[in-house]
Amino acid sequence: MAVKGRAIQVQDKVILEAGNLQGLLGTLSRKGFNLVGPTVRDGAIVYDELSSAADLPAGYVDEQDAAIYRIKKGKSAALFGYVVGPRSWKHYLWPPQLALWSAKRDGKGIQYRKDSAKPPKYAFIGARSCELAAIAIQDRVFLEGKYVDPDYKARRDNVFIVAVNCGRAAGTCFCVSMKTGPKATSGFDVALTEILDGGHRFLAEAGTKRGADVLSAITTRKAGAEDEKAADRAVAKAKGQMGRKLDTKGIKELLYANLENPRWEEVGKRCLTCTNCTLVCPTCFCMTVEDTTDLTGEALRTRRWDSCFTLGHSYMAGGGSLRSSNKARYRQWLTHKLASWQDQFGTSGCVGCGRCITWCPAGIDITEEVAAIRSSQTPGKAKPSREGR
Amino acid sequence: MKKPDKQIIACMPPRPFVIKSKQRDTVDTFTLELEPKDRKPFEWAPGQFNMLYAYSMGESAISISGDPTKKGPLVHTMRAVGTVTKAIDALKVGDEIGLRGPFGTAWPMKEIEGKDVAIVTGGIGLPPLRPAIYHILANREKYGRVALLYGARTPADLMYPKEVAAWRSRFDMDVQVSVDAPAEGWSGKVGVVTKLIAPAQLAPAKTVALVCGPEIMIHFAMLTLKDNGLDSRNIYVSMERNMKCAVGLCGHCQWGPTFICKDGPVFRYDQVESFFKVREL
Repeated sequence: MAVKGRAIQVQDKVILEAGNLQGLLGTLSRKGFNLVGPTVRDGAIVYDELSSAADLPAGYVDEQDAAIYRIKKGKSAALFGYVVGPRSWKHYLWPPQLALWSAKRDGKGIQYRKDSAKPPKYAFIGARSCELAAIAIQDRVFLEGKYVDPDYKARRDNVFIVAVNCGRAAGTCFCVSMKTGPKATSGFDVALTEILDGGHRFLAEAGTKRGADVLSAITTRKAGAEDEKAADRAVAKAKGQMGRKLDTKGIKELLYANLENPRWEEVGKRCLTCTNCTLVCPTCFCMTVEDTTDLTGEALRTRRWDSCFTLGHSYMAGGGSLRSSNKARYRQWLTHKLASWQDQFGTSGCVGCGRCITWCPAGIDITEEVAAIRSSQTPGKAKPSREGR
Repeated sequence: MKKPDKQIIACMPPRPFVIKSKQRDTVDTFTLELEPKDRKPFEWAPGQFNMLYAYSMGESAISISGDPTKKGPLVHTMRAVGTVTKAIDALKVGDEIGLRGPFGTAWPMKEIEGKDVAIVTGGIGLPPLRPAIYHILANREKYGRVALLYGARTPADLMYPKEVAAWRSRFDMDVQVSVDAPAEGWSGKVGVVTKLIAPAQLAPAKTVALVCGPEIMIHFAMLTLKDNGLDSRNIYVSMERNMKCAVGLCGHCQWGPTFICKDGPVFRYDQVESFFKVREL
């Protein structure tokens, strides 16, 4: 029986009727969270502020492949039937542009001022398992080293995460290879699995105390064995649909041993160094700073996303850009993501979300590049063109 | 990855310093003496660097080149080569400058006690090594034979010429200077700095080399030091890259798996040797 005020504990599973998803969103809104989730914009699924469940992309699915992205309205009523779009949650935890501090001259010298405005409190609606893994990776970068980024910390401390387990995979997905999905196992307050057969509903699991409290405040019913089986079937379906795979065995050593592999030259010829892959990547964290002055003479320091694909990234005054070739820039990105990231932060920098493959205008595929390098190490094996699939 | 016990908040505004003196060293290099406006002490170690901020122009990573054994102003020598260093060059005594730091690893002054020390450097590579020289001279009995092998393009490019001459006149330090292109009146050695290494007759088993200079000089200095019997584990090198944050969060100074700002700038050579062999790494 569906009731409100059920005493839900962490790890409890309950059923939330699809028609009552607004109950969850409304509760979060009333608790002061700005809702961010999937919306349809410019022919893509884009994470943006939601006003209600009515903004969710009901019925939309995406078609993804190397350099291909299309959304279309399918027959199903699924609210989370798409996979991942170009924007990742780092947009909200590590914004593309942020004012860091300002400075002004007065009679006593230069006065520095750090903006102390509190960043917004967000609830992420529909974070996928690979994306939770990406957030955990950025946590290591910004929160767990010697230096802590205060803005990231403030945003991260406040965020409420409603995860959605994938019931579909895209043609560029390889979370199974990266062991990051398709089912969320940690890093969420509430995890939903959308079930379509036998009635449109969500199996909701509380991952934290505050997640349990929010679920307790809305109308749910106890999950039955049949509900759990249906949820498992949905996730199993996604697991079987992975469009790509990446063999991660000994990948760090493989890449370190192949810094001079001719494959880099080849991919460098196709790479446009457009930076798309780094902007859509949910873990890429390179930033640069800009110093500007306004008409009153006040100096402002702003941080903005940067990319290792730009010439400016490795520019040294008096020495030029160290990575002047496309080859060197692509090699830096891929070896950082899959190899040196492990030395720096103890994890891979790739979660298998597939965004860099989908959004590369040249269709360069990270899984294909790794496979090509790996196969060049095996004598007698022909060079593959689409080995990664 | 283990979370460190002590964490530091990054991305904060710089600390205000005042320029106490300014001296031109060569046609495009200059030295500033800086004092913190808050007059609180500034702890640092030879080899470390600071981010210097010119109002509204930006920051530049500059190594500390003063004397670590004396209290007094913080000393920075730099070349006016980019937007920020040129803006700093335009500042006058009494002007204010912003500073964040110190950052990075230091020369291994404690670890190399008891050893002979060979300092191999070229051009503006001497300023980051000068604090190590001061440290050695102030603790002379703790080190064996000390050699400074210094090269520059022309005699006019030699840094701190009076000080180098004073070191040269000491009996407890072997100072050899060479220029690539001599000018009229130059009576010293001619040729690249690596040519000074073999004649210095370093005792490979008990010598530690500290190296800093342009990357091409570092490359050949390493080859020559190894030809002369030094082990990579007994060579230390200071590296330079584009840096925006100096705390490992901006990604710019990556070199292989290292962040030069926090894992360097001073590296033990065996730990980075393979990176030198890869172009555009």
